[in-house]
Amino acid sequence: MTQTLGAHAAGATPAGPPVLDVAGLRKVFNVGRPDERMAIDDVTFDVVKGEFVCIVGPSGAGKTTLLRCISGLSAPTRGTVQFEGTALTEVPDQLGVVFQDYGRSLFPWFTNGSNIALPLKARGVGREERTKRVNEVLTEVGLGHVEKQYPWQLSGGMQQRVAIARTLSYKPDLLLMDEPFASVDAQTRFDLEDLILEVREEAGITVVLVTHDIDEAIYLSDRIVVLSGSPSKVREIVTVPLGRDRDQVATRSSEEFLELRRHLLSLVMPH
Amino acid sequence: MTTATTGSTAAGRDGGSPGSASAGGAGVGDAVAVAVTDVPSTQVTATPGRRAAGRRNRGRNLLLALWLPVVLLVGWWFLSANSTSPYFPPLQVILQSVWDEWVIGDAKTQLWPSLRHLALGFIGGSLLGVLGGALLWRLPVLRKGTNPIVYFLYVLPAPALLPAMIALFGLGEARQVALIAFGATWPALLNTLDGMRGIDQVKFDTARAMKFSSLRTVTAVVLPGASPQIAAGLRASLQVSIILMVVSEMIAASEGIGYFILYAQTVFAIVTMWSGIVVLSVLGTLLNYLFVFAEHRLLGWYHGSRAVGTDKA
Repeated sequence: MTQTLGAHAAGATPAGPPVLDVAGLRKVFNVGRPDERMAIDDVTFDVVKGEFVCIVGPSGAGKTTLLRCISGLSAPTRGTVQFEGTALTEVPDQLGVVFQDYGRSLFPWFTNGSNIALPLKARGVGREERTKRVNEVLTEVGLGHVEKQYPWQLSGGMQQRVAIARTLSYKPDLLLMDEPFASVDAQTRFDLEDLILEVREEAGITVVLVTHDIDEAIYLSDRIVVLSGSPSKVREIVTVPLGRDRDQVATRSSEEFLELRRHLLSLVMPH
Repeated sequence: MTTATTGSTAAGRDGGSPGSASAGGAGVGDAVAVAVTDVPSTQVTATPGRRAAGRRNRGRNLLLALWLPVVLLVGWWFLSANSTSPYFPPLQVILQSVWDEWVIGDAKTQLWPSLRHLALGFIGGSLLGVLGGALLWRLPVLRKGTNPIVYFLYVLPAPALLPAMIALFGLGEARQVALIAFGATWPALLNTLDGMRGIDQVKFDTARAMKFSSLRTVTAVVLPGASPQIAAGLRASLQVSIILMVVSEMIAASEGIGYFILYAQTVFAIVTMWSGIVVLSVLGTLLNYLFVFAEHRLLGWYHGSRAVGTDKA
């Protein structure tokens, strides 16, 4: 059922110990109560350094639950999650999470600059270094000087850039993203997809992104973990042999892309 | 598991009609009609054009707020001008008395004890309320256990406790402050609790993902997140405090503005009584304005984000 074999050969990802190792993960809500509900049955996959892995699945497949479990926000009922070789008990220092809805994850009572500086403050970084880092990371996500404005004064796409900048500010090893582009319009979505590919290339960061959009998953990933409907299992792990250089027009219209798309659709669509 | 697009992508920066947080009067003294309007919110980015539009808006809002009080005052002035009723003296006479008694005379010394009781009671009660609300938010067991009692005390008319307060604290200042504090506690407490319970879980997830300490979560998430509703609670507390300040001075007291009004009535100095009521309502209005002004200063982000309409927290 889980075909991790040979997957690492894909792309130019260097072999090494996995950054993230998920084994036999199960999540059951309200254990022992009448409303007991199994969201995730059995999920196993790993992510090596520098890799870009997308998790796709039909609506209600427990994708967000899975992300909460692998980020340490929620404890699995069974199975293990290891981050850089250590079992998760809390959110690790070197892990960054970008949530779906910037309107809910950004703090409207702080300016963009303060929002971005928050994780640095929590890590005891000095004021001068914080200011410097805020400017760096704003440039990195393609925003100018918006640090004195509030998030709600920016457009949706810019707000999600601020949210991404906040997560990048402390240079995490692994970036977990929960449908980060679901709340923006199509054009902005393409821009943000390319931004995250660029960031990944420049910062050498490892990315795990949850999405329900198959095209997005193929466009971004080195590998795709396809989940079944609830309670979710891994249906297949698909390697995406499209290389590192991706282009919104050329990549998406290539023969390989369309072939992968057909395959993934047949996996995700109910038969 | 939300796969649906829930985000509102209201991109623009709205020209910024400030949130219309209208409010009733100060809750005391119906002699002067008071209308409290919103103080314009502070827009952080203001281009010259928008600033001009903001000024126009402000001017219009001011006119909207003032026309009724002005009409009522003018009406009162002329309708009462020839009044011979001892109970409803002409407004001109009342204002003359305000000038003689409160501005030139030494009736203003009655204000200090009143304001002292009010300040101590309001601040003490508010602190108790906010701390209590936070505690009940943090400890669901305590919340469920005390819920009936809290609501019982909340609906209990505080003035009814005055005799009990006298029995407990004697006739001094302590029972006045205690009564005001008691009344001020509940609106602050219930609003704090509601405000903290209303904070989006994603905000707490975000805080955990950013490795916030507990203290930082309180100062950077819980307090600012609940602050709009805490402010609403404190405002209600302020109004209750003003009422209780007057009430407590009307029974077994020897100083304060409430005592002044009641004493004037008992010696049939009706004009003087009216002057006290006018001063009291002006005081209430000023305090309310002061509160709204401070609130808009401190919660500029809240009124700004509401004007834009993107914040869903």
